[in-house]
Amino acid sequence: MLNQLRPALVLLIALGVITGLAYPLAMTGLAGALFPAQAAGSLIERDGRIVGSHLIGQAFTTERYFQGRPSATSAADPADAGKTVPSPYNAANSSGSNLGPTSAALAERVRADLAARRAENPGRSVPVDLVTASGSGLDPDLSPDAALFQVPRVARARRLPEDRVRDLVQARVQGRLVGILGEPRVNVLALNLALDDLRPE
Amino acid sequence: MTLNGWIQIALFCAVVVALARPLGGYMTRVFAGKHTLLSPALGPIERGLYRAAGIDARQEQHWLAYGLSMLTFHVLGFLALYALLRIQAALPLNPDGQTAVAPDLAFNTAASFVTNTNWQSYGGETTLSYLTQMLGLTHQNFLSAATGIALAVGLVRGFSRASSRTIGSFWVDLTRTTLYVLLPLCIVYTLFLVSQGIPQTLGAAVEATTLEGAKQTLAVGPVASQVAIKMLGTNGGGFFNANAAHPFENPTALANFVQMVSIFALGAAMTNVFGRMVGDERQGWAILAAMAVLFLAGTAIVYGAESAGSPVLNGLGLTGGNMEGKEVRFGILASALFATITTAASCGAVNAMHDSFTALGGMVPLINMQLGEIIVGGVGAGLYGILVFVIVTIFVAGLMVGRTPEYLGKKIEGREVKMAMLAILCLPLMMLGFTALATVVAAGLAGPANAGPHGFSEILYAFTSAAANNGSAFGGLTANTAFYNTTLGLGMLFGRFFVIVPALAIAGSLAAKKTVPASAGTFPTDSGLFVGLLVGVILIVGGLTFFPALALGPIVEHLAGGLGQTFPSGG
Repeated sequence: MLNQLRPALVLLIALGVITGLAYPLAMTGLAGALFPAQAAGSLIERDGRIVGSHLIGQAFTTERYFQGRPSATSAADPADAGKTVPSPYNAANSSGSNLGPTSAALAERVRADLAARRAENPGRSVPVDLVTASGSGLDPDLSPDAALFQVPRVARARRLPEDRVRDLVQARVQGRLVGILGEPRVNVLALNLALDDLRPE
Repeated sequence: MTLNGWIQIALFCAVVVALARPLGGYMTRVFAGKHTLLSPALGPIERGLYRAAGIDARQEQHWLAYGLSMLTFHVLGFLALYALLRIQAALPLNPDGQTAVAPDLAFNTAASFVTNTNWQSYGGETTLSYLTQMLGLTHQNFLSAATGIALAVGLVRGFSRASSRTIGSFWVDLTRTTLYVLLPLCIVYTLFLVSQGIPQTLGAAVEATTLEGAKQTLAVGPVASQVAIKMLGTNGGGFFNANAAHPFENPTALANFVQMVSIFALGAAMTNVFGRMVGDERQGWAILAAMAVLFLAGTAIVYGAESAGSPVLNGLGLTGGNMEGKEVRFGILASALFATITTAASCGAVNAMHDSFTALGGMVPLINMQLGEIIVGGVGAGLYGILVFVIVTIFVAGLMVGRTPEYLGKKIEGREVKMAMLAILCLPLMMLGFTALATVVAAGLAGPANAGPHGFSEILYAFTSAAANNGSAFGGLTANTAFYNTTLGLGMLFGRFFVIVPALAIAGSLAAKKTVPASAGTFPTDSGLFVGLLVGVILIVGGLTFFPALALGPIVEHLAGGLGQTFPSGG
């Protein structure tokens, strides 16, 4: 056993320095030089302020904005640190709902969300991603259907013609990579930024 | 299910198979100590390491010494990681001010990373400092992956050598795997991941003001460098709590595809290494073919189940499959495919929440792990895992014709079969034993977030994942408690080392045997018949063991859900 200790100890430390310090630090330097924007988190600045990351969804609650998917993230309860309270799109504590297919709580949540969405846009079937929580709780995207579903509401709230808002959505649909990989989607934050930039006619 | 979905699956399989041969060729040269393209750059570092460590690179080890070196190395690694977790608050590179990790969580996390499990009782962005992520987790990601590969190479030497006392040097295999295989791949891979949008920074979390004026704290960090090895090394431990579902760990469809390929790349290449080392590449392809049969069957079931969606939610008027716990950019297919891959290998990274999968969609990942993760499997671990099943298969085939079984010119005798069964039996003992315990004690029953059969599935999944060294979870289970941290930690350690030691014993006993020439009565092990028999043995020996437990969890949930029954939490 003792004659094993020296190689074990030396390799543990030396490989630790190589893989645990030199490698990540060199990568940090190199990534920062080659891809500075991505390495810092794909942040979006407006008027000198950071308004979010292109990759991270945020909670939109008002009628004026396109709303992302339900988010199951939570935060520590300010009143009692031992407990948590719902805090949608908390990008410091990613999480899904982890509710299973026979969960009564999930069925109840989906039932309530469906009713609200149907009231908002009667007569259209509600896209599935609009009433299901994402895995990370930070999903930045909506399916094109789920974004288009919200067009009448947003147009109403902003007093814009529906066609204009619909065109805006359609211009921002990202397709599959080379027609094969991934799913078509719309980045909600980018869409809402573009919406804010729309001039009234 | 859509045509596009199947095209994505076919493309994935094609890329993995296409990479197996070139990677396998390169790795075979590395393990043989031959000159490679990178030798001029890495050779001096390698020799420097040996000098400092007092290792004679030509000195090979008996299987017992090889195993002892491996164990010593792990004990030290475990202690170092545990210490780091406990004192991280006093160390640099902690911009978000993370505090010391509690003792039970530190034990669990140390066991988790040393055994290549990477079970997450911790939530990365809320618990760990950047130094811990790098020097603790990234470091162990390399070492546990390199260890798995080293052990597989040791076992293969058992098959490829005749009348030999030794099976190679653990120190040399470990060093060469880390320096020549893992590190160069990770450097290129990290830069690709950053280009896709994965952060790589030492800066603290970013404060943003959202369009509606709310505050949003964006956790960042040196993520890409860890994700690269987490995937290539089939470790799977996330930088963030949501793992590869987090947009910062898996930002695009392309990043997701490459991550899926990288989970399988080295494991699939190891089958080619095996073929090359025993002097007949067809033997490696036969094993990969058996893996492919099981993989495609599992993928089809998960994809079908998730596309069909949950009967309960469909009853409310939802269409379009099960999107709870999935990300829009991946959709149903890339989530179902990722789940099958990550549990077929011992990766355990997740890009969708398995807990929210349909009953049958969540059962396949469970079965993949319960079979011992031999469908490509963990880097190295998958190969030695399936070779154990190969030995049992050969034994069964021998019984059928009443002939002493042999494989690649080695007679398979009582000792090998006993050791193989020991390795196979260890997993159900850990998985089912601990699950049984957790379902009768209060501390165990406090864990599940879901009620009814799904709650049972959460417990079963946790111990299955731990003992199989996978690390994925039905995440609703509150696992960061003294009971679960301790029992899961023990499950991981037993699940790793009680498979490794018998596998090494097989390696030693095979290496010592003479090679007998193939005769007319030798069962050809590169044939379709062999592949079919191997698949059958895996399903019967591995699968039947778990059928009763699966019946209590996912199967009964599937039936209940079909009738529209739901279970209130806490009831």
